[in-house]
Amino acid sequence: MYLNPKIEQRVVQAILWVFTLATVFILFFIIFYILHKGLPVLSYNFLTTNPLDMGKSGGIYSTIIGTIALTIMSLLIATPLGVGTAIYLTEYTRESRITRVIRFGSECLSGIPSIIFGLFGFILFVTKLKMGWSILSGGLTLAFMLLPTIIRTSEEAIKSVPYNLHEVSYSLGSTQWQTVTKVVLPSALPGILTGVILSVGRSVGETAAVIFTAGSALRMPTSLFSSSRTMAVHFFILAREGISMPNAYGTAAVLIITILIINIIAYRLMHKFIKKYS
Amino acid sequence: MVNSVTNMRMEVKNLNFYYGRNLALKNINMGIENNKVTAVIGPSGCGKSTFIRILNRMNDIIIGSRVEGEILLDGDNIYAPQVDVVDIRRKIGMVFQKSNPFPKSIFDNIAYGLKINGISNKTEITDRVEMSLKNSALWEEVRDRLDDNAFELSGGQQQRLCIARALAIEPEVILFDEPCSALDPISTAKIEELINQLKERYTIAIVTHNMQQAARISDYTGFFLLGELIEFDKTEKIFTNPSQKQTEDYITGRFG
Repeated sequence: MYLNPKIEQRVVQAILWVFTLATVFILFFIIFYILHKGLPVLSYNFLTTNPLDMGKSGGIYSTIIGTIALTIMSLLIATPLGVGTAIYLTEYTRESRITRVIRFGSECLSGIPSIIFGLFGFILFVTKLKMGWSILSGGLTLAFMLLPTIIRTSEEAIKSVPYNLHEVSYSLGSTQWQTVTKVVLPSALPGILTGVILSVGRSVGETAAVIFTAGSALRMPTSLFSSSRTMAVHFFILAREGISMPNAYGTAAVLIITILIINIIAYRLMHKFIKKYS
Repeated sequence: MVNSVTNMRMEVKNLNFYYGRNLALKNINMGIENNKVTAVIGPSGCGKSTFIRILNRMNDIIIGSRVEGEILLDGDNIYAPQVDVVDIRRKIGMVFQKSNPFPKSIFDNIAYGLKINGISNKTEITDRVEMSLKNSALWEEVRDRLDDNAFELSGGQQQRLCIARALAIEPEVILFDEPCSALDPISTAKIEELINQLKERYTIAIVTHNMQQAARISDYTGFFLLGELIEFDKTEKIFTNPSQKQTEDYITGRFG
């Protein structure tokens, strides 16, 4: 079919514009709908009192603490492992079959559905290793889920540090480890942080893997071995068991706002990073 | 050829260098005289940059490269198995073709080399940063803005910062790998003047594609062609009365 180029241009533009609009509309619709339903419930009290009566009344304080504890736990495990792996892959080894296997493995890890991670974590940490439903089990399970993102973003960040900076560093008589820690990592830090922050978002929003491994106790967690309910799990239970829809939306609103803020910070950092090296 | 050098700081003996199976430098013999400037000239791809990077083992990083023969610094082979490569690079500094400051402040760029070499006393670091900047003729231009990012300096200033950074750790020999190739004539003149001053305290080797530059600043010149050292002698001799036909053809501009 032949169209006048001008008309063709217009038609294509219009179609693409509609697609884009649809995407943006869906996003804003979800955010708007949840905030519309959830914001009226939000108050200082909602954030600072513990849930009462299975969550029918009271606030979500203990679930906020649970979410923070679990997120910190998972990042404390995943960040050193992930950044360490990335440093090894980029600085300490050459492209070989082994590095390809490691990369392929980490890519596959990122494709596994979270509920499988949950089941795996339940079998290994909760029952086999007898950690029970706890922040520790949940943190370990989440850490495995976060690893691929952290490895990939750290690798990209480290690779984007210009090679000549390595050379200068060596020419000044530094060892490889000094070069990595004092030249490469500081330059790659914003990129690495971007990956870590995106992982925070992932950790905060994860439900399936958490409910199997950290459990859903409403009490305030007191140690790494306490079972704990995160905001995402709380929302899921409130909505699914029909305990309190207003409180479910309130929790969802807090979740969405948190994740938006996290993504905005990640974007800012990424831009700063890109500007620095171009 | 080596005999014309009287007070050798470094000596290259029967050097062969391989990239994989490819012989990139063939049987090089030459000396680098103490407190003099030795220039290495030749057309692109003749191996002159490869050569100078062998002198402080920068080519160790390249996969599949191999060095045969000896490179002596004060009589000791820097490629001997018991030698610590980090120590060698500390003694033999390098300034690269493209100015390459770290994405740090002017001060931290120079302090970096001091810190990794174990100097932690703040006063000593401050003193040595100032001294290096003075020695690289940059102090007057940057004394009030030491905390600015090094990328805010001009190209010529960045290159002098890189020289200051190399000077700060007080090497014995400084290698320059085409340090002016990306600079304007005024900045180039400044760096040449600087090199001329530095030879009083350091031994210098410089790779340049600019023959006039070699003639202006060096005391000895080696002419490389296709991985071989065709001729090595006093600069004056090379440029006025070369003994090899190829050298004459090159410096008179018949090729290259």
